[in-house]
Amino acid sequence: MLQDVNSFREGPDEQGRFGLFGGRFVAETLMPLILDLEQEYGRAKQDASFWAEMDDLWKHYVGRPSPLYFAERLTEHFGGAKIYLKRDELNHTGAHKINNVLGQILLARRMGKTRIIAETGAGQHGVATATVCARFGLECIVFMGATDVERQKPNVFRMNLLGAKVVPVTSGRATLKDAMNEALRDWVTNVENTFYCIGTVAGPHPYPAMVRDFQSIIGKETKEQMLEREGRLPDSLIACIGGGSNAMGLFHPFLDDRDVRIIGVEAGGHGVDDRMEHAASLTGGRPGVLHGNRTYLLQDDDGQILEGHSISAGLDYPGIGPEHSWLHDMGRVEYVSVTDVEALEAFQLSCRTEGIIPALEPSHALAHVAKIAPDLSPDHLMVMNMCGRGDKDIFTVAEALGAEMGEGLSS
Amino acid sequence: MSRIQSRFAELKAQNRAAFVSYIMGGDPDVETTLEVMRGLPGAGVYVIDLGMAVPDPMADGPASQHAGQRALAGGMTLRKTLDLAAEFRKNDDATPIVLMGYYNPIYSMGVPAFLEAAIAAGIDGLIVVDLPPEEDAELCIPAGEAGLNFIRLATPTTDDVRLPTVLQNTSGFVYYVSITGITGAAAANAEAVAPHVERIREASSLPVCVGFGVRSPETAAEIAKVADGVVVGSAIVNKLAEGASVADTLEFVRSLADGARRARL
Ligand SMILES: Cc1ncc(COP(=O)(O)O)c(C=O)c1O
Repeated sequence: MLQDVNSFREGPDEQGRFGLFGGRFVAETLMPLILDLEQEYGRAKQDASFWAEMDDLWKHYVGRPSPLYFAERLTEHFGGAKIYLKRDELNHTGAHKINNVLGQILLARRMGKTRIIAETGAGQHGVATATVCARFGLECIVFMGATDVERQKPNVFRMNLLGAKVVPVTSGRATLKDAMNEALRDWVTNVENTFYCIGTVAGPHPYPAMVRDFQSIIGKETKEQMLEREGRLPDSLIACIGGGSNAMGLFHPFLDDRDVRIIGVEAGGHGVDDRMEHAASLTGGRPGVLHGNRTYLLQDDDGQILEGHSISAGLDYPGIGPEHSWLHDMGRVEYVSVTDVEALEAFQLSCRTEGIIPALEPSHALAHVAKIAPDLSPDHLMVMNMCGRGDKDIFTVAEALGAEMGEGLSS
Repeated sequence: MSRIQSRFAELKAQNRAAFVSYIMGGDPDVETTLEVMRGLPGAGVYVIDLGMAVPDPMADGPASQHAGQRALAGGMTLRKTLDLAAEFRKNDDATPIVLMGYYNPIYSMGVPAFLEAAIAAGIDGLIVVDLPPEEDAELCIPAGEAGLNFIRLATPTTDDVRLPTVLQNTSGFVYYVSITGITGAAAANAEAVAPHVERIREASSLPVCVGFGVRSPETAAEIAKVADGVVVGSAIVNKLAEGASVADTLEFVRSLADGARRARL
């Protein structure tokens, strides 16, 4: 049920809380660093020259605004809602991740930091960070779970080409959670010169709010573009959720437009049940503390974090950004989940009906569109965030479909 | 007076530094931990830090990470860690036990239930790495009200402006982290540590113990000269991990403790 508040866009409070969620659960060594960052971000946010530089880079380096594309063939295929895709997969480096990275790297420069570290799952945030570091001549170290190094090989090579050092992390199930742990350990060790560039709306305050602010360009553009195309706001928004940054970027500017239905799609892996072979923290988890914030987490009865599973490396995370946890509890955003198999079907559908090879992450969003769009009326305007392209995923998809690269698919 | 306070008062009267040893509860199993714990006071240990296992300790190096993973693989839980402490307490009413770990298992159990169980188990203090002063309302303040010491870490990044905030709700002792980094990584350096210990002493009347990166009797001795106590963790955890017997592990602990004990002679 929707809880009543004046605005859904005012969080976090001074403690970095969105209701119960968020906060600053970090070791003392890091506390002075995140307080510095909060202060510097506070200053930058008020500084017109900071945003002018961002706008310039967004426009000329990233290629923003990204198109809001009417997906005519998908619309026909579903025979219901009118489907628009927000084409953030057309950004430089192929995903929404660079929107945020630019902001953080400009901040790092303002703070005089010379060494940039990042965690990555799918490798898109790592590639974006390596790219912007190359552009500004900064040292870049990317922590990546060894499992993900294996399943996202093209991105590992891309990072190497861009001059970044990729450190494979072997602890745990060797995925995104483990990469983030290792990045935090590096940061605790190298406090003087190092800036930790987090890739999603998670981590200790101010990261969730800061990353959201940088990604909100997606929703702001969508609003303008939709008003221009259709003369009104969309009826629904749909985005996939790993940590939740592309989703928050699309959703946040619309949170107080209460007629807009907003849906976040988590990774259901092999199905959301007791086996816990999924990455749907809101659907299958409960509140806990990890990576500097309180949020919904996959955990056992003893409060030990579980590993989770998704075919998509970018969604394979046992937590979710704290603001999503709050929006979930407030009833403002609906959260659903989609399985590996459903996402794979949607992946192929996008390839064949629109000529867009999507990343496995937004394929989850599309799989949910496929479930609800057919029952909606043709004047229902639906926007899905096509937040990344699928080049990185072709090996995973080939394996899942049992196809050999270089041979035809059987169907 | 709490067990921690009386222990430090005793040591002060004898002009000795406290030797504090850390071990992970349940690594490799509960029986071994209990046997080691029971031998620690005889090996010269004045305060026991008992690790609460988690799979992802954010500020710990490989030694402690693997110890936690071994413990969890053996079925260790927070409840069993508390039971282990209670078992130790049956035969030793003087040695302070400080639980050390991360917040989520405690939060998951529920703070009131945890505090009640910890007190029943004879726990004296808590070190919770991911609860800085900014989150004091979570556990630090309720723990203090329940009569447990909440021991805070001060680090090389805790500058003079921040130090009072860090010390404000700290009790028992202050744990100065000798390096910026994770446990078991760089080696502690007494010369670098000394001015920080002085800084903390000027701001607080609590004893100051120093840890992270103390591995040898020599370093333990140097630190014991400048601080009220010295903490060794990863080196002892590693000893057990290498397959050393309980007796050999305790012998190693004794050599470290002797280093600290002889320091001020
Ligand atoms: C294309 C794409 N979409 C989504 C995600 C998930 O992250 P978030 O939920 O923060 O958008 C990733 C992460 O790697 C990604 O590469």
